Amino acid sequence: MADAPPPLAACALRLGDDALILGQRLSEWCGHAPAIEIDLSLANVALDQIGQAAHFLGLAGEIEGKGRDADKLAFHRDVMDFANCLLVEQPNGDFAQTVARQFLFSHYQELLYAALAESKDARFAAIAAKALKEVKYHATLASDWVVRLGDGAEESRARMIAGLDWMWRFADELFAADEIDAALGLDKAALRSAWDARIDAVLADATLERPAAHRPVLGGRTGRHSEHLGHLLSEMQFLQRAYPGAAW
Amino acid sequence: MYTTDMTGKKTAQPVAEDPARVAAFEARVANDEFIEPKDWMPEAYRRTLIRQISQHAHSEIVGMLPEGNWITRAPNLRRKAILLAKVQDEGGHGLYLYAAAETLGVSRDEMTEALLSGKAKYSTIFNYPTLTWADIGAIGWLVDGAAIMNQVPLQRTSYGPYARAMVRICKEESFHQRQGYEIMMHLAQGTPEQKRMAQDALDRWWQPSLMMFGPPDDKSPNTEQSMRWRIKRETNDELRQKFVDITVPQAEAIGLKAPDPALKWNEARGHYDFGEVDWDEFWAVVKGDGPVAKERMQARRKAWDDGAWVREAARVHAVKRAAAKLAAE
Repeated sequence: MADAPPPLAACALRLGDDALILGQRLSEWCGHAPAIEIDLSLANVALDQIGQAAHFLGLAGEIEGKGRDADKLAFHRDVMDFANCLLVEQPNGDFAQTVARQFLFSHYQELLYAALAESKDARFAAIAAKALKEVKYHATLASDWVVRLGDGAEESRARMIAGLDWMWRFADELFAADEIDAALGLDKAALRSAWDARIDAVLADATLERPAAHRPVLGGRTGRHSEHLGHLLSEMQFLQRAYPGAAW
Repeated sequence: MYTTDMTGKKTAQPVAEDPARVAAFEARVANDEFIEPKDWMPEAYRRTLIRQISQHAHSEIVGMLPEGNWITRAPNLRRKAILLAKVQDEGGHGLYLYAAAETLGVSRDEMTEALLSGKAKYSTIFNYPTLTWADIGAIGWLVDGAAIMNQVPLQRTSYGPYARAMVRICKEESFHQRQGYEIMMHLAQGTPEQKRMAQDALDRWWQPSLMMFGPPDDKSPNTEQSMRWRIKRETNDELRQKFVDITVPQAEAIGLKAPDPALKWNEARGHYDFGEVDWDEFWAVVKGDGPVAKERMQARRKAWDDGAWVREAARVHAVKRAAAKLAAE
């Protein structure tokens, strides 16, 4: 980054980018899901995430004070300036892989928003408090599918295991704390044990084992992303890039 | 929308039905009463409704594809959310229309199989590609606009579950129509590139939109019976004229021009005159030769086939849990 944003703006960016990239990924499913009901529920989650992204990115721009609004931030930054975690940019894969990503992320996001809702910074607290109900539903939805697929048929079980295995290496990054989060008084590491307990309970209900430990893959928060993000951005940002200055 | 009968075949005549029952049924319908699932109805009425409602449901589901094509590329967060919600609404419409058809004794799986095998039809309009962002505006404005015109009369259609589904659907469609027009308005007032995009979209979607009302009245063999049964309440040509009369001034208001040299206000008729629709093109698309018909069916088949293991897992899981619950009692 040419100019590091103030820590609180960076916090808002992280939250906004997580929601934006996950919302974008989920919206890829629209019209292609395994059943209409699933299509509708994935679109619901995507809509919630995009709404949260607009709020947090708007806040990031406001704190930064350089006249960038949520759209400017979403559509005019390159990979190295995105601060989302690696988990949310992972490809949808099959439905089990999408469920695995949602499962790991939504429980984290719910715990995070619950903590943020108590934040001394009223701006963050207001967005988190409003979004908390939404992400609770996302966590429940994803957990239900983990159980259904894990404790379902043979093929679904194998796919659920593979999906979790793909996503598991990105879980540690969610709880990696640094001085930027400290600016907001956030202790992400403290959320870990509650998250572990929730994940383990659902896996047990799904008759699944926790995936084998993997060396954590980190870097999303500082702009060190996977190859997937660039493709996602080139698709998402196409119109804004092709027609600079146009209003839509 | 999507309620035009596109089979081009004469509906099978009822087989040996009690004339008194038929007469009583016809009288109820003529009296604008609602027919409910448990009521007696002629077999031809039931079959016609299944065909029409399922065709409508399929159109909603296939219709998610051309617009879904632009969700990931929507130009800003607001437009992305609006489009996503819109396409989600279409899925919801599909869902309650399938449910309405199920009350007539056909399952959703059967209807889906009929779509995927090519036996069942869906609206011709979705066999055209969405090439630019302006197509999202044009679809909302023209396609949903035409849909509303087809559907508003169906809120009073004779079959209760269908009529009630239509009330709900119409509310959402008129919202979509305004959103689409608003996209076009922005583009038409935007940069020269955006204006060009808007006009190009209107040029491409105009004729296919006129085709949404179905073949001309003299080539629409089922119209008379469907009107009598209150499955249809205005003829194809009447609706098409109404659409042209409303849409042409809307285009002019934002500086766009419908691509028809014959388009002219006729003072004596109190309507716009307009050029002949390319019916050869229409029938070719009905028969499955639309420009992206193969892509649309491939996408639906892929979603269905790729999702088979998920649906199977849900079924097996439900059985397992029910058995476990029973064992615990």
